[in-house]
Amino acid sequence: MSLSMLTPAFTVERNQDRCIGCGVCVKQCGNSVHHKDEDGFMWVIDKNCVGCHRCAVLCPTQALAIKEFPAALRPNSYWSTSSLREIYAQAETGGVLLTGMGNPRPFRSYFDHLLLNASQVTNPSIDPLREPMELGTYLGSQVSSLGEREKPLLKLDMPIMFSAMSYGAVSLNVQKSLARAAREKGTFWNTGEGGLHSDLQEYAASTIVQVASGRFGVNPDYLNQAAAVEIKIGQGAKPGIGGHLPGEKVSADVARTRMIPAWSDAISPAPHHDVYSIEDLAQLIETLKVATNFEKPISVKVAAVHNISAIASGMVRAGADIVAIDGFRGATGAAPMRIRDNIGIPIEIAIAQVDQRMRDEGIRDQASLVAAGGIRNSADVVKILALGADAVYIGTAALIALGCHLCHTCFTGRCNWGIATTEAQLSKRLNPELGAVRAANLLQAWEHEIKEMMGGMGINAVDSLRGNRLMLKGIGLEQHELDLLGITAAGY
Amino acid sequence: MLRREGDIRIPSGCAIAAIMNRKGERFNGQQILASIAAMHQRSNGLGGGFAAYGIYPEYRDYFALHIFYDDDGARQICERYLQHHFRIKHQEPVPVRQSRRIAGAPLIWRYFARPREDKFYREHIGEEEFVARVVMTINADLRGAFVASSGKNMAAFKGVGYPEDIGEYYRIEEYQAYIWTAHGRFPTNTPGWWGGAHPFTLLDWSVVHNGEISSYSTNRRFLEMYGYKISLQTDTEVIAYAFDFLMRRQGLCLNDVVDVVASPFWSQLEEEKQARLRRKYSGLLLNGPFSIIVATNNGLVALNDRIKLRPLVAALQDEFLYVASEEAAIRVVAQRLDRVWSPGGGEPIVGLLHDKKGLLDVAPSAIQAAQSA
Repeated sequence: MSLSMLTPAFTVERNQDRCIGCGVCVKQCGNSVHHKDEDGFMWVIDKNCVGCHRCAVLCPTQALAIKEFPAALRPNSYWSTSSLREIYAQAETGGVLLTGMGNPRPFRSYFDHLLLNASQVTNPSIDPLREPMELGTYLGSQVSSLGEREKPLLKLDMPIMFSAMSYGAVSLNVQKSLARAAREKGTFWNTGEGGLHSDLQEYAASTIVQVASGRFGVNPDYLNQAAAVEIKIGQGAKPGIGGHLPGEKVSADVARTRMIPAWSDAISPAPHHDVYSIEDLAQLIETLKVATNFEKPISVKVAAVHNISAIASGMVRAGADIVAIDGFRGATGAAPMRIRDNIGIPIEIAIAQVDQRMRDEGIRDQASLVAAGGIRNSADVVKILALGADAVYIGTAALIALGCHLCHTCFTGRCNWGIATTEAQLSKRLNPELGAVRAANLLQAWEHEIKEMMGGMGINAVDSLRGNRLMLKGIGLEQHELDLLGITAAGY
Repeated sequence: MLRREGDIRIPSGCAIAAIMNRKGERFNGQQILASIAAMHQRSNGLGGGFAAYGIYPEYRDYFALHIFYDDDGARQICERYLQHHFRIKHQEPVPVRQSRRIAGAPLIWRYFARPREDKFYREHIGEEEFVARVVMTINADLRGAFVASSGKNMAAFKGVGYPEDIGEYYRIEEYQAYIWTAHGRFPTNTPGWWGGAHPFTLLDWSVVHNGEISSYSTNRRFLEMYGYKISLQTDTEVIAYAFDFLMRRQGLCLNDVVDVVASPFWSQLEEEKQARLRRKYSGLLLNGPFSIIVATNNGLVALNDRIKLRPLVAALQDEFLYVASEEAAIRVVAQRLDRVWSPGGGEPIVGLLHDKKGLLDVAPSAIQAAQSA
């Protein structure tokens, strides 16, 4: 094998004045960066470092600093350092570049070009500490007339849910943390496509279960104990391609939950092999409604792709009660880098277009709209609701709350934070009791912030924020972008 | 150049008032004029108006279309359009009294008309829906023409000026009505367009409104989904359409409509039906500060937002129901009152005609069906 031409991505600097040689870093690093000789000498292998900061955070004397490796290649605004590194890696392996989490490229974030309104003089702002401020949200179809039986709904105490993350892609402790937080805050978590572990059945009433192309873990009990069923057609990080959980992550426990043999690769085909068309989707939706006795709302999740408004409209007409759309910033446990970084469209545009299209067709009441993919904070939530979403899914933000440092190497299964791994030694680093508190804290903090922003607008129910595009103004956007978002420029 | 109402949304503050005789006995416009004039300081001379019910008994079966024209050319175009859709029994300019305090008035005409049957039968809609569509089309698409009111046996008299001057201009003391509502406007910015004044109307509905609807864009986009053309960008317009949609098209009773537009908080809902209404029509929850008086041929409802961010007072004396932004505006026309009270947030004041008691409990279209049967 020839010499690797890759320079390390990071360098680990150890302050020898501070280091006490305790060896915590050696124990904590699952990537074999830190080493300690028998004579006590501490040394590092920079090229193994993924930049997860586990060692730096746990070092009792703050002796470690992780820095970008000073490669200092000749400056080239076209051939970036990363494009060279990617070619070196492919020349060495002949493989597809793999990565984890969401698209990190510097595409325009529309969230950062939207400004919110507040009341002055003509309209009193409302103080959420003194007046009721309602975030309660119902998801599902509202078309049945008052004389008929109401269609099944999901009741959320706040319009934020946890995104689908399967057991296998993430550790069981991640799911336990999110399930507890969801139950405590009156919202929902989503199993992803990996089935529902027996330890999590007590949270079934706060659970949305997924039916994906691999059909892992799907059985009548799975469907009927959940609050809602979600058909996963695609996800924002990898529209158009399936999933592949490598056999080494399929432990006996994962295998049991997924209903597959242990240590075998778990392949999710790119399409559902019984959904090759919109009419096939209608049949799958109907099948799931029948299987759940018409008592559960059926959600369909798709990636935000170019003709998303027509697709979403078709999904509603096919009987979806909830349309979940995952924008191009949506994350994943593993995806080909080229797919993740180049496919899909921003969630802000997708929601604005889909909401308007459903209104133009008079079918907005037939289904709720859930936005996912790149929601970073409470202001992003408020903005996407004002563009037209009923609720959001958060995935990356939830994992960051549990300790994720966005090192983008989930696919290795060696997550030092016990998040994107099924190795018992690593998984136990995430204490689900503490994880649940941190995830619930994040929801509570956002809840307070959303109430403050709504109160400022003179709105005391989230019903009146939904689709309220007059509360948004664009800054630094071109006219066609403003038109796509259905808003006007700041000052207009 | 200042953009006019319809091109831009203009928040405004206001005074509102209403007087109703619950026996249906008619009285002239002097009292309502005095009542709204008492709240002179709540408006700034950039809008005033009145709605009156029962004023055209001789044409009670005809839609009374009051139309503003920018010029005679607009009138000719609009009249051609009207003749295409209506049989017009009578038409004339609305009589006015010239005044130094009123400037920039449009040409104001009224038409007593019935829709041509072949037109609305062909579209498989009732005559009210047909008239509503024609009115919205004129307001949205015919330049220089604006329908100020379109109900039966009622009219809106409105314009740019203080309400007492507008009342004098329209000679409202010469009309006899059993319900009068009034409005004095304090817009924050307007070049003064007569169509932008209150009351805002559609068919028999009229709305006078004080406040700002923070949920405007949500409400507007909900109504647009059901074919309403929002041409004015005023909060008041969406309120009128919301009532029309919920009562005429969805068949809700008035109590249910109140539970939609000023829904109790989730924690204070008393029955499952209220929760169902709120879920189904969440896009029509009116949020933000408002007091409104919505009137129709059978009566009126006055309502505050659910946390009462705008003033609203009601009073009773014999057969008369008074509603106003301030108690002074009631006392000035009725010294001896049986009862005066200030309703809570989201708590409606409903005034019904005695002989039609309960009629507001069903949708107007159902009333018509019952009457014609």
